[in-house]
Amino acid sequence: MEESSLEYVTKHPSLGEGLDGPVSSLGSLFSTFFKIGMFTLGGGYAMIPIIEADVVDKRRWISKKEFLDLIAIAQSCPGVFAINISIFIGYKLRKTPGAIVSALGTALPSFLIILAIAMFFRQFQDNPVVASIFRGIRPAVVALIAVPTFNLARSAKLNWVNCWIPVAGALLIWLLGVSPIFIILAAGIGGWAYGTIIKPTE
Amino acid sequence: MIYLYLFITFFEIGLFGFGGGYGMLSLIQHETVEHWHWMTSAEFTDIVAISQMTPGPIGINSATFAGYTAVKNAGYSMPMAVLGSATATFALVLPSLILMILISKLFLRYMKSPTVQSVFMGLRPAVVGLLAAATLLLCTRENFSAPSENAWQFWISVSLFAATFFGTLVLKINPIKLILMAGFAGLLLL
Repeated sequence: MEESSLEYVTKHPSLGEGLDGPVSSLGSLFSTFFKIGMFTLGGGYAMIPIIEADVVDKRRWISKKEFLDLIAIAQSCPGVFAINISIFIGYKLRKTPGAIVSALGTALPSFLIILAIAMFFRQFQDNPVVASIFRGIRPAVVALIAVPTFNLARSAKLNWVNCWIPVAGALLIWLLGVSPIFIILAAGIGGWAYGTIIKPTE
Repeated sequence: MIYLYLFITFFEIGLFGFGGGYGMLSLIQHETVEHWHWMTSAEFTDIVAISQMTPGPIGINSATFAGYTAVKNAGYSMPMAVLGSATATFALVLPSLILMILISKLFLRYMKSPTVQSVFMGLRPAVVGLLAAATLLLCTRENFSAPSENAWQFWISVSLFAATFFGTLVLKINPIKLILMAGFAGLLLL
């Protein structure tokens, strides 16, 4: 079993020298997040353990507790989760330039890889072999979007009081073509009104 | 002009995209397919498939790909399409940058306040609805065919949907593996 870098450094104190306190140049922020963006398959949540291993355990830029707090906040904020986390860490270490450099580092590998694929894919999408592969993939992808609906429903702790919210939202978007942005706004305002006006009087 | 619309659209998606990558997909789908008709629902589904199989956050991947596809479909050249993907990706990240810096600077201690928590109390169930809507909106003729059009393809598609659904939710098989298997099934059967 491989030991984590934190344990390794604790066991070999000489290796930990220079790790106390955040030693972070803009360049090292960029290269750290570029590496993380480059090598994590499976989206934002797959990045968390990698970011933790690098930023918390290896480089000790922030403490484990701070990292967990940042995750909790980044999760509830809008936007791309991994980008939010990298901006938080970048800002904490090097203020606004750090935030920009970290976001750029996280996004750039995805951007370059997808760009290469997009150019390539458009030349091959009409190829009969590629077309039949994608005819098989499409229904599978719809299922991959259906599954997080159920996982999210579980973590949102739906009950008899609030289960009408997702049902109404889905029907408004699906049948009436209402923009999801309005649903988000209405739900946020509704939650605020319920929490500050209705609930205290109950 | 398409760049301005791309910028505004993806800025909005970045600003209102709650619930992680998949939550954001319902916004991207609504804006790029239903609202602007920049691409078909089959093209959108292909983008999601490729975004899932390549490294990096799915939100960034699909914004980059969607920006490229939107400009290319409008009939512009490849360098113009590259600019489109840069516009979409930049616009998607910009609200995060502004919001996260503001939160770090001013609001970190308010994030656990009862007011903010009650806003999230409304948002969380709504995001479930967003994802359900995205799923329903992707159940199209382009993605599944239809019994009247091509009964063979329709029933194979429905079986692949069911198998992938069961494989992810119950058996917890890696989504990338399932996409590859579905692609292989498509190659053999469709």
